[in-house]
Amino acid sequence: MSGILVFGEMNPDGLGGVTGELLALARSLAADTGDEVTVALQSDSVGSEAEEAVALGADIVLKVESEILAEPQIDAHLAAFEQVCRAVDPGVALLGRTPLGRDVGPRLAFRIGAAVAQDCVEVSVNPDTGRILATRPVYGGSAISRVSFSGDGAQVVIVRPKTFEPLDPDASRSGDVRDFPVTLDESAIRARLVDTVTQQAEGVRLEDASIVVSGGRGLGGPEPFQQLQSLSHLLGGALGASRAACDAGWIDHSHQVGLTGKTITPDLYITIGISGASQHMAGCSASKNIVAINRDEDANIFKSATFGVVGDWNRVLPSFIETVRELRDG
Amino acid sequence: MSINIVVCAKQVVDPETPASAFRIDSDAKRVLPAAGIPPVVNGFDENAVEAALQLKETVGASVTVLSVGSGFVMDVMKKPLSMGADQLVLVDDPLVADLDSFATARALAESVKKLGEFDLVLCGRQASDWDNAMAPLGVAEMLGIPCVTLAQKIEVEDDGGIVVQRALTDGYEVVRATLPALVTVSNELGEPRYPTLRGIMTAGRKRPTVWSASDIGLRASDLAPKLLLEDLFVPVSDRQCELIGGEDDADAGRNLALRLREARLI
Ligand SMILES: Cc1cc2nc3c(=O)[nH]c(=O)nc-3n(C[C@H](O)[C@H](O)[C@H](O)COP(=O)(O)OP(=O)(O)OC[C@H]3O[C@@H](n4cnc5c(N)ncnc54)[C@H](O)[C@@H]3O)c2cc1C
Ligand SMILES: Nc1ncnc2c1ncn2[C@@H]1O[C@H](COP(=O)(O)O)[C@@H](O)[C@H]1O
Repeated sequence: MSGILVFGEMNPDGLGGVTGELLALARSLAADTGDEVTVALQSDSVGSEAEEAVALGADIVLKVESEILAEPQIDAHLAAFEQVCRAVDPGVALLGRTPLGRDVGPRLAFRIGAAVAQDCVEVSVNPDTGRILATRPVYGGSAISRVSFSGDGAQVVIVRPKTFEPLDPDASRSGDVRDFPVTLDESAIRARLVDTVTQQAEGVRLEDASIVVSGGRGLGGPEPFQQLQSLSHLLGGALGASRAACDAGWIDHSHQVGLTGKTITPDLYITIGISGASQHMAGCSASKNIVAINRDEDANIFKSATFGVVGDWNRVLPSFIETVRELRDG
Repeated sequence: MSINIVVCAKQVVDPETPASAFRIDSDAKRVLPAAGIPPVVNGFDENAVEAALQLKETVGASVTVLSVGSGFVMDVMKKPLSMGADQLVLVDDPLVADLDSFATARALAESVKKLGEFDLVLCGRQASDWDNAMAPLGVAEMLGIPCVTLAQKIEVEDDGGIVVQRALTDGYEVVRATLPALVTVSNELGEPRYPTLRGIMTAGRKRPTVWSASDIGLRASDLAPKLLLEDLFVPVSDRQCELIGGEDDADAGRNLALRLREARLI
């Protein structure tokens, strides 16, 4: 049992972003352990993604091809990855905490009896034991835990997306691309994905925006979100929200930022009427600059903010927007 | 048609505990309960109770709430009963007080088996203490039943199939499975109902079924952790907030925009 095995996800335009992140992490662990990095690419057909994965750090690429793997059918991907895992017998398996990986990883671990840590943000090798040490936020981000994996069995590590930077692709890297035949049949799928409904907001994607304007319960209702929307347009940014605002039905959940919403990393994050609960900050604390408009000077958000105004947004926001508009035009 | 639903619900530290009252015993690697702030039923588990009660209304169901732990506060754990659940089963034993996901799943799965017939196991998407989002996956694996996570809507069809909307950050997936199955529930399903006065009175008269670890056939050696907690600490933020003022709130808003321009952020 040795080596690092990466669960590689693919999307229609190539490798899924998280795969590059996992490969970068795998390489940094391999630098300490001397292990080989194997990535399993599971799809109906794997093309140039294999070379892409090598350029991003894989030593071995397993092309795991099956018609059933074309869609993110969790049961099918789990069955395939289980076969890969049993054959490769890795010391470490890395998956992203994506809609697919967050389920495949733990279920795989429970099946093969391995220890598993979810939502890790730092992963290193303990030099004394050669075993993994992983850091994961807990209690909604109010606390940080460091965990290790008992015994000497496989260690399944599920990584928070957007935590690690992919390496720059290096076309001169060489790697071994192999077919990995799997036997899968339809009966493996017991919970079947039958449809995907996408509700993407127009304009810049929240996750990609360099400026995000977010509103919370302090806005008091759905209408003020229109002002926030126009501010975000003005700044070329995207609109976000706290869970409290989404749960209240003021704005769609696709705008939710936080532990159970989206993770954003903008240069500028402007929050209005958001208290800054740890679960909210979990999704935005990597923002380069945070601005808080909140009437409670003790609000937690001011602990993470770079700039703040203590005041009522009803009066702060209009003049703020007006000045931003003047600065833009002038 | 009527189905048997088991809802797994965990007692947790109130996640709304203010940061100033949030304390850790770093030697014991535990979060200390804040004085005067009682624990709560994990929020997503209340969403799961709500899902169960909606199915009770639409297709008919008996709803059993199952919890594993120790140091239960009865008023807290009875909340699902006062919302309308039928019975409460507590596995109350120091042996099952602080389990990792694997052992939690084991204890829950053994309890579900002991309960006998079930069609649907509902869980929260994650417990707000350790944010694992893993125990339910283990329960499904151990019971050998289909598993669907992050439900925002659950429908049971006449032929024993279920159709689940699985919440994603940009929409949802529609997933179909057959019963028995396990589903985890997310807050997008909707706010849990408030207990009614009648519900509270009925719940007050109900006695929970209490089991020990050995009642579900588990010994300490079955519950050994696979994931080991090495360290637990409160993160420190080194950010200093520059407060922007003005003659009044409107002036402060204007000054904020000017300051952001000066910092080349807008
Ligand atoms: C497991 C779990 C996961 C969670 N996941 C998320 C998540 O992903 N994202 C998320 O956001 N939350 C999440 N939460 C919820 C989180 O704990 C908070 O409850 C939530 O973020 C609070 O939202 P808020 O800041 O909008 O509301 P509040 O905490 O109510 O804050 C409102 C703020 O508005 C201010 N305010 C009110 N009126 C005005 C005014 N006129 N002018 C200026 N300021 C005003 C108040 O001072 C206050 O600070 C999660 C919770 C749990 C338990
Ligand atoms: N000790 C427990 N007792 C009852 N249910 C639990 C327990 N631990 C976890 N669960 C269930 O599993 C879900 C996910 O928990 P976790 O995997 O710990 O994040 C919770 O929302 C509960 O529904």
